[in-house]
Amino acid sequence: MQLVLEKRAERSNTIALISPLIAIGLTIVTMTILFAILGKNPILALHAYFIAPLSDSYSLQEIAVKATPLVMIAVGLSLCYLANVWNIGAEGQFLIGAVAGSWLPVVTHGTDAGYWVLPAMLVCGTVAGALYALIPAICKVKFGASEILTSLMLVYVADLFLDYMVRGPWRDPNGFNFPTTAEFDPVATVPLLVSGGRLHLGAIIALLVVAAVAVMLGRTIKGFEIRVVGAAPRAARFGGFNSNQLILLTFAISGGLAGLAGIIEVAGPVGHLQPGFSPGYGFTAIIVAFLGRLNPVGILIAGLFLALTFIGGEQAQIAMKIPLDVTKVFQGILLFYVLACDSLILYRFRLIFPSPKVSSGAV
Amino acid sequence: MRKLLIAATAVMISAGASLFSASAADKLKVGFIYLGPVGDFGWTYQHELARQALVKEFGDKIETTYLENVSEGPDSERSIEQLVRAGNKLIFTTSFGYMDPTLKVAKKYPDVHFEHATGFKTDKNMGIYNGRFYEGRYIQGVIAGKMSKAGVLGYIASFPIPEVIMGINATILGAQTVNPNIKVKIIWANTWFDPGKEADAAKALLDQGADVIMQHTDSPAAMQIASERGKLAFGQDSEMIKFGPKTQLTSIMDNWAPYYIDRVKAELDGKWTTDNVWGGLKSKLVVMAPYTNMPDDVKKLAMDTEAAITEGKLYPFKCPIVDQDGKTVECKGGDHLDDGQVLSMNFYVKGIDDKIPGK
Repeated sequence: MQLVLEKRAERSNTIALISPLIAIGLTIVTMTILFAILGKNPILALHAYFIAPLSDSYSLQEIAVKATPLVMIAVGLSLCYLANVWNIGAEGQFLIGAVAGSWLPVVTHGTDAGYWVLPAMLVCGTVAGALYALIPAICKVKFGASEILTSLMLVYVADLFLDYMVRGPWRDPNGFNFPTTAEFDPVATVPLLVSGGRLHLGAIIALLVVAAVAVMLGRTIKGFEIRVVGAAPRAARFGGFNSNQLILLTFAISGGLAGLAGIIEVAGPVGHLQPGFSPGYGFTAIIVAFLGRLNPVGILIAGLFLALTFIGGEQAQIAMKIPLDVTKVFQGILLFYVLACDSLILYRFRLIFPSPKVSSGAV
Repeated sequence: MRKLLIAATAVMISAGASLFSASAADKLKVGFIYLGPVGDFGWTYQHELARQALVKEFGDKIETTYLENVSEGPDSERSIEQLVRAGNKLIFTTSFGYMDPTLKVAKKYPDVHFEHATGFKTDKNMGIYNGRFYEGRYIQGVIAGKMSKAGVLGYIASFPIPEVIMGINATILGAQTVNPNIKVKIIWANTWFDPGKEADAAKALLDQGADVIMQHTDSPAAMQIASERGKLAFGQDSEMIKFGPKTQLTSIMDNWAPYYIDRVKAELDGKWTTDNVWGGLKSKLVVMAPYTNMPDDVKKLAMDTEAAITEGKLYPFKCPIVDQDGKTVECKGGDHLDDGQVLSMNFYVKGIDDKIPGK
């Protein structure tokens, strides 16, 4: 008897719906065992992870704050991935957007610049992110360079450029040599939605982005082209779609959104530019994009979910005195199961019974 | 029936609430924000030891919680606020980069008390504390000046903030008392804790001819490299002799426990007020590890230097201080630089052949 994984004739929609639930179920079982081994009450621990962060407005706000950049970047990336081009450098576009957008608040610091500053910053960040993403796109279209490598390598360039700016020309003169710009003036910060909280306008912008991309993918010719080029390149060529143009377009959109997310993060929760302000949002967003099955609404849910595990992990550290490493194991196991269960959408298990051997003549 | 239900719910809620408030009133909750992992064997480890000392000292009267590996970016504000919301009434944030986030949260929660390490901003409910680690660095400089055969010291620095610059200056001033021609090579690691980078920096310094390594980063990596190459090194923040039994000369140990115990006691007695503590060898906030791997005369010199600083007879930044351009620095503290000058130090003293990054 043998257990094999075989490809389904067509994708199973039932499994597509229940696979995240199976994954969460398996995670809960695994973590219950792990918590029990650690001598912690599993029910309280799971409560701290999943229920406590959802039960007060403060944590809900924090989840939204955390999810905002993830969702914005991931939605842009999903366009690339749907078109079968691989932008791995969203982190770099995120950082460049943050740096370019920070130019205005740094030069207008302490002047009586008006309310045009913030909108202009957002435009700067978006444009810079898009242009930065176009570098690997053009290299691919013109020279056939692998966009996976070039976009990834440009992350480090962006990171070091940010480092240089805040240590050199833009360093806060009153900051005791710490590598950071001066705090942005009020006209250069993203307004808060709730007084006393941290929820900011960026969350609304993220929702608008999700809606816009959903409409684009579902209702416009360009969206259709993107999907066809990714799913059936030959058909797309016969249809006369220009795949090079689509590479440039999807890279520019995803870079622009990453750049916008970058400047919103800096002008919002951070309040100034400093190295290391991003805990790798551009990379985490890749996970979010796939977790959300490259669907804008799915990505919104996936982003919120990942933010929940992050905030929940912190609450578990506080409430249960669970070490940070366990909360990371938790996130890892969860992603592992989600991806593993996803393979069941296209594949299924089957038991194969060996056919009884024909006895070839007794001795 | 409906009214009964509402009444029952109300009773349950108020019972629950009183239950919670009763247990909260019994125990003082004390929270900590750590920069590194508790097992970094350096900066964070020393804070963790002090937290354990608190638990030992006060037992059931307090409940402590810590969050480790909290980055100095936007996440730290949330982490601090999470501690407040979990009912912590006294919160220690243990790195410079938490200064503004701590201040923001402090303004939002006026009845919670905050203690921020190594910063310079205070508020009605936010005190600051720090160690005069430069006193220990001066002693290390004296030892290094004696022990370095090549006359070249290797210094792994973290960020070019005054705290780090005063450490480099104090080291050189100490070393110059025994070897006026001492040289120092400085590498900026741009991190507080990254064993890989720290090890690479140590290798580079040894390759450049340094034979005594010292560091302003938190892991024992540099000590291990020096040990492999048979050179000498100083520990950082905590006792690191086990990482280099034949290598460690001494170590500046951060001894936070007496301060933490003092502050928690004040909080329990309802006497907590904003403070600004900068303690050194005298107040035992800075403690030197045993002087090892050196001849007796160097050991005696180190102990005499330590005694002189402790008794206030010797100031590491005694005037005249000449900067690297040859200008004499104004002396605001009588016969030594005053605390304000030391806390905002942004120049190298004469004898350092290097440039402060970005200056």
